[in-house]
Amino acid sequence: MLDIKRIPIPALIGIVLTTLFVLAAIFAPLIAPHGNGEIVGDVWEPMSAAHWLGTDNLGRDLLSRMIYGARITLFIAVLATALSFSLGAILGFSAAVFGGWFDTLLSRLVDLLMSIPTLIMALVVLSVLPTNLVTLILVMGILDSTRVYRLSRAVAVDINVMDYVEAAKLRGEGEAWIIFREILPNALSPLVSELGLRFIYAVLFLSTLSFLGLGVQPPDADWGGMVKENKDGIVFGIAAALIPAAAIAALAISVNLVADWVLNRTTDIKGGRGNG
Amino acid sequence: MADTLLDVRDLKIEATVYPPGEHPRKITIVDGVSLTLEKGRVLGLIGESGAGKSTIGLSSMAFGRGGVRITGGRVILNGRDILKAGRNGIRKLRGREVCYVAQSAAAAFNPAQRLMDQVVEAALKHGVANRAEAEKRAKALFRKLSLPDPDNIGKRYPHQVSGGQLQRVMTAMALCSEPDLIVFDEPTTALDVTTQIDVLAAIKDAIRDTGVAALYITHDLAVVAQVADDIVVLRHGKMVEKGTTYEIIKEPKQAYTQALVSVHHIGHEEKQPTTKPVLSVKNVTAGYGHGIVKVLKNVSVDIHPGQTLAVVGESGSGKSTLARAITGLLPPLQGEVIFEGRKLSNRLSERTKDDLRQLQMIYQMADVAMNPRQTVGTIIGRPLEFYFGMRGKQRDARVAELLDKIEMGKGFIDRYPAELSGGQKQRVCIARSLAAKPKLIVCDEVTSALDPLVAHGILELLLELQKEENVAYLFITHDLATVKSIADSIAVMYRGEVVRYGARTKVLTPPFDDYTDLLLSSVPEMEIGWLEKAIASARWRVRETNAVGWTRTRNSRFRPH
Repeated sequence: MLDIKRIPIPALIGIVLTTLFVLAAIFAPLIAPHGNGEIVGDVWEPMSAAHWLGTDNLGRDLLSRMIYGARITLFIAVLATALSFSLGAILGFSAAVFGGWFDTLLSRLVDLLMSIPTLIMALVVLSVLPTNLVTLILVMGILDSTRVYRLSRAVAVDINVMDYVEAAKLRGEGEAWIIFREILPNALSPLVSELGLRFIYAVLFLSTLSFLGLGVQPPDADWGGMVKENKDGIVFGIAAALIPAAAIAALAISVNLVADWVLNRTTDIKGGRGNG
Repeated sequence: MADTLLDVRDLKIEATVYPPGEHPRKITIVDGVSLTLEKGRVLGLIGESGAGKSTIGLSSMAFGRGGVRITGGRVILNGRDILKAGRNGIRKLRGREVCYVAQSAAAAFNPAQRLMDQVVEAALKHGVANRAEAEKRAKALFRKLSLPDPDNIGKRYPHQVSGGQLQRVMTAMALCSEPDLIVFDEPTTALDVTTQIDVLAAIKDAIRDTGVAALYITHDLAVVAQVADDIVVLRHGKMVEKGTTYEIIKEPKQAYTQALVSVHHIGHEEKQPTTKPVLSVKNVTAGYGHGIVKVLKNVSVDIHPGQTLAVVGESGSGKSTLARAITGLLPPLQGEVIFEGRKLSNRLSERTKDDLRQLQMIYQMADVAMNPRQTVGTIIGRPLEFYFGMRGKQRDARVAELLDKIEMGKGFIDRYPAELSGGQKQRVCIARSLAAKPKLIVCDEVTSALDPLVAHGILELLLELQKEENVAYLFITHDLATVKSIADSIAVMYRGEVVRYGARTKVLTPPFDDYTDLLLSSVPEMEIGWLEKAIASARWRVRETNAVGWTRTRNSRFRPH
């Protein structure tokens, strides 16, 4: 059904780049020429045959750091997105199906959370709680789940009044069947494209937090943290900070290209917009 | 031929479809249709959905809907081939020589502009008249189309007039620039029968008085017989038959036309009521907004085992609300529903699984009554699994058996609803409700969205199944022809009350109450001159005052559809 020749070129670029990033993240210890924290040379060495991307502010191999950084960045972003999606979608669907006070309570709670700027909220919470990966993922996931909740509730409210859902209710089906068998399959395509976008936001958010020093803690570093470590080099004309920054941009753009294509494809099948 | 206005020759129209997962392919929508229309005459285009009626109608104004290409043939209007006219030529033509009256008047008007501005727009744009003249002409047209308060109705906005009135305003809009040809695209299909007759009469008078020629597109042969001089019967984009209205109605030559003409006749013996009804609705009052709006008022009806109770009425009369009250989707405020001698809980959530099983429902729109992501096998199999715990082979065997019962066969098990035709979808819905082995099925306008021949097939199937399974139907419809052919007893509803109720023959035999009379006399019959008879009859005129009162109820805001 999926013919490679029919995939538009931007989507193809997106798929290739995303796959590269994912492979780098999965096989990091096998690919990386040096260890993550291993000091192999002088501070801020230029690019050379030994160190393809040069070395960083402590003399560590930048290429190896980038590959390990991909691992940490993707790992946290994937888990945070998975959390925000499961939480947001299940709560959103339940709110739509149960309605009444349950819906009101959840929706107002979400409004409350959304009324506080996400970054400030995260900064406050992360500086109070112990700094480790679990807290980081939880905070990111919960804050992001408010957006997913909004979307999935809106989609589910729409589906919930369709005659086939009414037919299921008349048959006497329980809420679990209605949520997972009647609503979820029909809500999937808007959610899948949202998944890509939320993943990008998670990457950007994580990078921001790390850049501000509240994300991943040294000696580990994600790309945002690496920008922070090497930013002082910029005044001396050293490009080490720009490489992780470029990687963040490349990942965001490539995932976006894939998400856009997926959205076009799924809406095509439903006879909607798009031309994929 | 000096008086030929429109001459369509060997018209071919194609479109490209993009089926999911397959390569795009071309389909032919109109295949070599030729027709001619003389000045001042009305040509009816008739056929089921997908026959290409609207596409032909629009091609006479050199328009193709998105993705549609006119690939062959000629459309000659007033001696010019309009398909060859350039952009400016077409612009001069539309709204000046040809005007269009759409099916959904509500969607065709700009809600933010007053009616008068929209009615005179085309005449002003084309410089046919100045503002004062155009408004004067519009008011005269409003009067001719018997709109209330013709001098001031133009100051209203579209939402401030009823659906039937809006349709007449659109006719006035089309007539205002004095075109040579008007294309009417199902102008009365979305209206209630009692409104339809007013609009039909108004359109017919206007056509006669202004001498305009018209293409009248509809799927209802009885309607077209009232207004058209000639009829062209279309099917799958090809012409089946053409002739004068008399020839088509009285002496149809092709088998397809004969089927269309005889579609309303289903033999059904009325059954006598038994002593013990399967379902009794007792003094039920129901409504929305915590009882502020009462849609049902003190309704009582009985349904006997293996029989059909038809509930008829216009939109807004509370028919569907009655169904919702019986199924428990809308708990009644007062009264009770007795099923098999025991009282049913008002709320759906408090009913037992067995109560739910024995009381099934079929919907008007079969497309949205089935989950688009489930296969036919899952859709029909789920009640088997849910109520009877059937699994695996046993379930599949029963699904196949049910598919045979609805005359489709087990080849359909793996299909998705999107891969079925309208009639097949409705059949699957019937199979799904039958799977539960119900005592009663509530049928909410199940044939209203279907073409006449397909609807006919569904009705026959329902009657056949009733005999086999001894299931009772609560049949909600606005179509009296359907009622006449399948009901055992009838309840006529008006503004939430049952105004006439009893055995079929009793309800359909005079003396009638005013409302039933209005309803019955508004159903178009396949007979030339019926419209004149219905309107001219003195009985009708006496009741005209009442009819005004009735129009008010039409746009009930609480209609669930």
